[in-house]
Amino acid sequence: MTVDVQQLLVKQEVEDFLYREAELLDERRFEEWLELFTDDVRYFMPMRRNVPADELAREFTREGLDVNWFDEGKDTLTRRVKQIRTGVHWAEQPPSRTCHMVSNVQVLSAAGDEVCVKSRFLLYRNRVETETDVLVGKREDVLRRVAGGFQIARRKIVLDQNVLLAKNLTFFF
Amino acid sequence: MSLDGLVDVARGVISREIFVNESIYRQELEQVFGRAWLFIGHESQIPKPGDFQASFMGEESVILCRDRGGKIHVFLNSCRHRGMKVCRYDDGNTTEFLCPYHGWSYGTDGALVGVPFAKDAYGEQLDRSRWGLIEVAQMENYKGTIWATWDRDAPPFLDYLGGYKLYFDLLLDAWDGREGGTEVIGGIHKWLIPCNWKFPAENFSGDRYHGVSHRSVDMVGIGPSGKGRRDMQERNEARWLDVTFPDLGHSMIAFLRKHDSPIAPAYQDAPAVADYFRRCEEERTRRRGELWRLFGGPGTVFPNASPLARQPRTLAVWHPRGPHQTECWRIYLVDADAPPEVKDFLRHYYIRYSGPSGLTEQDDMENWNYAHAASRGTVARQHPYNYEMGLGRATESFEDHGLKLPGRIADVTVANASENNQRGFYTRWRQFMEAKSWADLKR
Repeated sequence: MTVDVQQLLVKQEVEDFLYREAELLDERRFEEWLELFTDDVRYFMPMRRNVPADELAREFTREGLDVNWFDEGKDTLTRRVKQIRTGVHWAEQPPSRTCHMVSNVQVLSAAGDEVCVKSRFLLYRNRVETETDVLVGKREDVLRRVAGGFQIARRKIVLDQNVLLAKNLTFFF
Repeated sequence: MSLDGLVDVARGVISREIFVNESIYRQELEQVFGRAWLFIGHESQIPKPGDFQASFMGEESVILCRDRGGKIHVFLNSCRHRGMKVCRYDDGNTTEFLCPYHGWSYGTDGALVGVPFAKDAYGEQLDRSRWGLIEVAQMENYKGTIWATWDRDAPPFLDYLGGYKLYFDLLLDAWDGREGGTEVIGGIHKWLIPCNWKFPAENFSGDRYHGVSHRSVDMVGIGPSGKGRRDMQERNEARWLDVTFPDLGHSMIAFLRKHDSPIAPAYQDAPAVADYFRRCEEERTRRRGELWRLFGGPGTVFPNASPLARQPRTLAVWHPRGPHQTECWRIYLVDADAPPEVKDFLRHYYIRYSGPSGLTEQDDMENWNYAHAASRGTVARQHPYNYEMGLGRATESFEDHGLKLPGRIADVTVANASENNQRGFYTRWRQFMEAKSWADLKR
């Protein structure tokens, strides 16, 4: 068995990046988190339909065409962060407690300056007294190499829910 | 059940009990959701024969379906044999609905077509014509929106809408004033809100008072001209009218431009979009005459369908899920023949404004959640909510430079807000809860 050391290094680099990102979110360092995204990033989270198993091709709402949970770029993401910082965004005042857990990290491809990564997330959100949401799903990221590491150029978030069980999505995936 | 002491619209006080009480909720399911016309879906969601889409009427799962002959039906989604859902898909195209429990199957027209071992097990006993899918008593396709009621004694939909039609059409008519002409963007927002269904229904009916809820998004700016949460100039130059029809239960926040005011600039973040709407407004002045001046905001078609006629243009339905929970379904509308760049601009705006991921409405959910939670206690329930704002200030004969508008209208241009519309909503709600049948409600 031969071990591709280069591949291992990339995987380690990617995991470190994703864990650091989760850390920034859970520590509410949102401005630093925003710096992890390219200026042309697409942040996309579709909705999911119940369809027969042989029609799964149309399970998801479409990026750029349909209504989605998120389908936006850096400008709107930045406004979300600014909104949290206003101090009067009541849905995050008092702030939610979040715990982002990232696992099953797979480097799907690494070509040129872009690395395609798939991972699982478990996002725990608890706020006020007993309000608790557990959101579980997959992420597909395109990471772009920049000086000193990576930036996220594209993120697709696949939440394993049909009717959204959370009253709102005032946190980041 | 008499609601004396619980709903006193004349004095502007309403008990918290009607939001949190289990037996009142059960009565609502029977007397409000069992009788009223309810929104089901949009015909553009089922364009072809055999197309279907799941929906709800109150807590009841229903199927909106276009049969093989092209006729639209609304069926209870429950097998006549043992009740299993015959459809667990959100939408699709089919030739039949097959119950996965014992195998009864139904055509897209609701007819019972398949019964396993029919001859041997039932002999001649089973009269299939009596055991088709349960169909609503009445259905209406109004400008592409599909409505239905379980009550055969309910008045025709257009009578149910009454004078509110003028305002509801602001949602469904094309921006340039042509009748109809709207379509639904793909995808339905569906999410759960931990509050009674009447919190969002009454909020949309006419709550202009909750500016503080949305202060953060106004500070950040997500509007189509880059500021605030929507274009305000057209509103600020107009008269602000709270419109309700207490004997129908429908309401809308409406605006009336001054008779001599020009078209206010809007959609300034995208010149092509701004041009499109300016052209539409000009066309609309030609088509609609003086009524060009009227434009709409949020509203509620009694009991639980809430249009937002302008920015962002949506129709939300607040499905009850017990007294303490609501499941919201939301569709988004655009002019069917708008250019692609206009539709795309609006789609982005709708998403960043609306629903659980929208910068504006995230804060609504927080307020409805904890308003409801803090109203459940035995002590809390003894103290009613206050609906006194603007009592006695509305008129049934509104007129502005010769333009007469229907409804009980409170001009809140100076006052900023009233609870005229919420009082209209609860007037009708109480009538539904006290009436024995539609005969009482038609008075």
